[in-house]
Amino acid sequence: MKNLTAAERVAIARHPQRPNITDYIDGLFTDFFEMKGDRLCREDPAILGGVALYHDRPVTVIGTRKGKTAEESIRCNFGMPGPEGYRKALRLMRQAEKFRRPVFTFVDTSGAYPGLEAEARGQGEAIARNLYEMSRLTVPVITVITGEGNSGGALALAVADRVLMLENAVYAILSPEGFASILWKDAARHEEACGLMKLTAPDLLALGVTDDLIPEPEGGAHLAPARTIREVDRALSRHLAALLKESGPNLAAKRYLKFRKMGVSQSKEAAPPREEP
Amino acid sequence: MNSIFAKRRNRLLAMKALRDNYIPGDRLTVCPKCGQEHQRGAVAKDLFVCPGCGYHFPLGAYHRLSMILDSGSFRELNEKLLAADPLSFPGYREKQRTAQRKTGLNEAAVTATGTIGGRRCVVGVMDSRFFMGSMSAAVGEKITLAIEYAAKNKLPLILFCASGGARMQEGILSLMQMAKTSAALARFSEKGLLYISVLTDPTTGGVTASFASLGDIILAEPGALIGFAGPRVIQQTIGETLPEGFQRAEYQEEHGFVDAVVPRSQLRETLSRLLRLHEKGGRS
Ligand SMILES: [Zn+2]
Repeated sequence: MKNLTAAERVAIARHPQRPNITDYIDGLFTDFFEMKGDRLCREDPAILGGVALYHDRPVTVIGTRKGKTAEESIRCNFGMPGPEGYRKALRLMRQAEKFRRPVFTFVDTSGAYPGLEAEARGQGEAIARNLYEMSRLTVPVITVITGEGNSGGALALAVADRVLMLENAVYAILSPEGFASILWKDAARHEEACGLMKLTAPDLLALGVTDDLIPEPEGGAHLAPARTIREVDRALSRHLAALLKESGPNLAAKRYLKFRKMGVSQSKEAAPPREEP
Repeated sequence: MNSIFAKRRNRLLAMKALRDNYIPGDRLTVCPKCGQEHQRGAVAKDLFVCPGCGYHFPLGAYHRLSMILDSGSFRELNEKLLAADPLSFPGYREKQRTAQRKTGLNEAAVTATGTIGGRRCVVGVMDSRFFMGSMSAAVGEKITLAIEYAAKNKLPLILFCASGGARMQEGILSLMQMAKTSAALARFSEKGLLYISVLTDPTTGGVTASFASLGDIILAEPGALIGFAGPRVIQQTIGETLPEGFQRAEYQEEHGFVDAVVPRSQLRETLSRLLRLHEKGGRS
């Protein structure tokens, strides 16, 4: 397969016909039952979640939802969740823990929605709470970054034992346009930003931020969705089998250590904290 | 012996605090909120609160520590932990050196142990002068080490937040600090220990969406901007002007995300009271 530039991968990751959460649910699971609402305020269609069978095993499935048609896109706010979406996701994850079933999350979002109501209802708190609670779930958690994974809005569903990434998916602190406009006050330099941000699946695997890369058909997942979904299935099965061998507390402890190690300063001038006198 | 060290530590903090608010040749201070000019000395005497309108000026990290901790109790943790350049980002090293030279800080957060009203605690303070208080891997690591130090020594933890968001030059590793610090706080909390977060102007982005919002008790300074998305981004997204006072400390209190808005003049006393209220058995 020819080497794509980071900017080319961003374009593929955003392709409107790229398989979305509904395609993955149809292709990977049976007997999906959708569960709605955060039990506090409202239902947020930007996140879809529920219970389903994965190779006959009950699992909790949660994913950000981008529409394929204009109408669908508007209804699910272009895949940009509000706090209610994150709180619903947390409700479902806690339920998964209660019923001892694994959690699969699928991430494809340009970020958490930067809106007035989202702020009024605590977008920051909702994301923070998910990071906090996901870090100590005692059931297996596997995340697949399927398209764009931008900002805390993506991370709020991705504190997982295994973070898998489709070959042309991207995962970043924010969109390349946002990055260029913050750093250089010029959103038009987004292609240049793509090259510097280390947002591609191979880059992130090398940085240790993700755990595996799922191959895509030449040219991108939208050209052969069924084949892509088969590859995702293969990766999910393999990682789930490994995680099911671990005890709940062990999973949480290892997940903690995985994130604990991220970005430990290279300059090694740090003295360990001294004991209290 | 102990008192000699305490005196030396106190002098060190006082010197660093002085550097924090030293601006050469600047005798008058203009308040960015009401526009009035005040003698710098008068503003300093009021803990850097505008005598005219009550605007709370941003504080340097050491200056803040010198206001909050009992004199002589300050002991810095992981002072020498410096930012790396994990993505080999062009120009980042030079920018770090410039920021270090300008502020006298090694990073955008200072962590320390000390006492408040005689009660030992761990205090972390973010400094918005250093890369706008953005979250680098080193900031995340310092905060996490402070949380772990507090957990290990069974001490209450206080974090003063101030952040413009992510450290762009560290990209995804900046994002991962949100997970790292939040996970560390979950473990800290399981030990039954107290965490107070104090939100100061501005607390936005990844810091809001991680440790800032996870306090057992969340305090805020009057007028502080507190939010996940910045007001400019929200305004661009929704295409309307934002209501007066949107995302300010008082707004967050009204919407249920802050326990109390506490003026700077009462902050030390409030923290001291809260530490006392959370002592084992509740006795003073
Ligand atoms: Zn004023």
